Amino acid sequence: MIEPLKPKEQTMASLILRRFFKHRLAGVAIAVMLVLIASSLLADLNPYSPTAQNPSNKLRDPNAAHWMGTDELGRDVLSRIIHGGRVSLAVGLFSTLLSISLGVAVGALSGFFGGWIDSILMRVTDAFLTFPSIFVLIILGAFLREQQLFILQNSIFVVIVIIAALSWMWPARLVRGLFLVLREKEFVSASKALGGSSFRLIVRHILPNCAGPILVSGTLQMASAIITESGLSYLGFGVQPPTPTWGSILSTAQNQIFTAPWLGFFPGAMIFITVMAINYIGDGLRDAFDPYVIHTE
Amino acid sequence: MATYALRRILQTIPILFIISVLLFLLVRAAPGGPLTAARRNPNISKEQIEAIEEKLGLNDPLPVQYGRWLGGLLSGDMGDSIKFRRPVSEMIGERIPNTLTLVGASFFVTLLLAIPVGIFSARKPYSPFDYTMTTVTFIGQAIPVYWLGLGLIVVFYVVLKNPFTGDPLFPVGGMNTRGQEGNWLDTLWHLVLPVAALSLGWIAWYSRFLRSSMMDVLHEDYVRTAKAKGLSERVVHYKHALQNAILPLITLIALDLPSLFAGALFVETIFSWPGMGRLFWDAAKGRDYPVLLGVVMITATLIIVCNILADLAYGWLDPRVKYD
Repeated sequence: MIEPLKPKEQTMASLILRRFFKHRLAGVAIAVMLVLIASSLLADLNPYSPTAQNPSNKLRDPNAAHWMGTDELGRDVLSRIIHGGRVSLAVGLFSTLLSISLGVAVGALSGFFGGWIDSILMRVTDAFLTFPSIFVLIILGAFLREQQLFILQNSIFVVIVIIAALSWMWPARLVRGLFLVLREKEFVSASKALGGSSFRLIVRHILPNCAGPILVSGTLQMASAIITESGLSYLGFGVQPPTPTWGSILSTAQNQIFTAPWLGFFPGAMIFITVMAINYIGDGLRDAFDPYVIHTE
Repeated sequence: MATYALRRILQTIPILFIISVLLFLLVRAAPGGPLTAARRNPNISKEQIEAIEEKLGLNDPLPVQYGRWLGGLLSGDMGDSIKFRRPVSEMIGERIPNTLTLVGASFFVTLLLAIPVGIFSARKPYSPFDYTMTTVTFIGQAIPVYWLGLGLIVVFYVVLKNPFTGDPLFPVGGMNTRGQEGNWLDTLWHLVLPVAALSLGWIAWYSRFLRSSMMDVLHEDYVRTAKAKGLSERVVHYKHALQNAILPLITLIALDLPSLFAGALFVETIFSWPGMGRLFWDAAKGRDYPVLLGVVMITATLIIVCNILADLAYGWLDPRVKYD
């Protein structure tokens, strides 16, 4: 008897994963991100405290004991970089989750219902888009700096919220565009004909089809959130000392530009490497989700 | 088109109004204020502070303060800087040309480099040139402007020296060497590093965009038709394809303007460039409300005006676009 040909079973997830790792640099980028995440999770195992000062051991060049040297107060730079990474990655991740959630909600409502809901939501989106957001971030940051109220004590939390509040417009526009196309598709009409509620149509039928573009735009958002947070902290209006962040380490390094020009190298390089890795992950995701990309092997 | 332009201009009024209300609330609702430092100063009595508050009108209800500010704004008066005791409009007026010089020069350099790079990459995709440029643009997009600026200072000011005089290669502070004010060659010299810092990311981004936009266009029917007619590749690419590929760039640039001004703010801060960004940064440190409000309102207006101009330009360049 001849065995019937069995199709090789493959789930959607495994297909996407396989396609993702075909993008070699995206694989490298995942490894880099894992190292960064692990080092920030394990930051407390570091033998040096990020805030302990040692005036007799300041502005040392990178050496065996202090791999990235010490800063103007004798603090270990590597330890500060690792602890700073914890803040930068957390701000990047959580502000992205927040801004994507908000953006997806606005975009989905706008694209699905259209009409006056769409008009109002898109005018608000446009107004936010013309806003020079860094200026608002700085005003909010200045406010934060002097603020003594208990809820604002936690400047990291506030930075996360304000970055999200000023960046949800891009995912909103993207999702709206996708919804405008998808809501006309047959599978949506079919579900509607079967009595599916608007909520069901949005969440079960249309949204899963937007997963790829949303993930890709999430990587872009995360990269830009990390750059924004570092920039804000660099200008002195972000996460407040003594909590180290890559931006604030860079900012203090700037004062030592003649005595220790290498000091500014590491914090900036960390921002750069992280953003690069996230961008490559985004690139890999784009390929993995795009059915039209043909892989040349 | 004139009615369209008029309608767009009228539409900006509510947007600017909303922005002004939000900003005013944002800046004024924040506790602590320009007099925080004065309050901590034991040499200044409580009565004196109250007198200052009364004089500046800080005790009036917020809507009254907003009305007063808006009224002034409409007649071109943005109040006086609390720190410098000078009219804000005058301070901003001095700074606008400097910011526009920096942004304009960066913009010019960006287009000058991004357009050819984008075209060459699209004409020979997956060639060594294209791969090199792809890597360079990925790097360019990931470098934070403040780190790049700092790096340029270290390399071209601290480390590298002019072999003949031993002076730094490029100046890094302000717009002019002392005593050289008004000398445009000297200003150009001071522009080199700030413009380099501001442009790299934009060159990367626009050349990438133009590459993909050009590659899309090259698959269009009219390109094939033009080739079938026997036109040379050069003519097809530059005359037929480029014109259409470059159009979306206009919209993109208009959308990117806020980020361009944000980048300028960092560059001005790093290079002590006396522009609006630097003014804003100084004002934010001192909580100088009138200056903060003035700079953001002016920047928002500039951005909205440029957006309208971009839309009008798009319609003028692309006859397929119809205004209704």
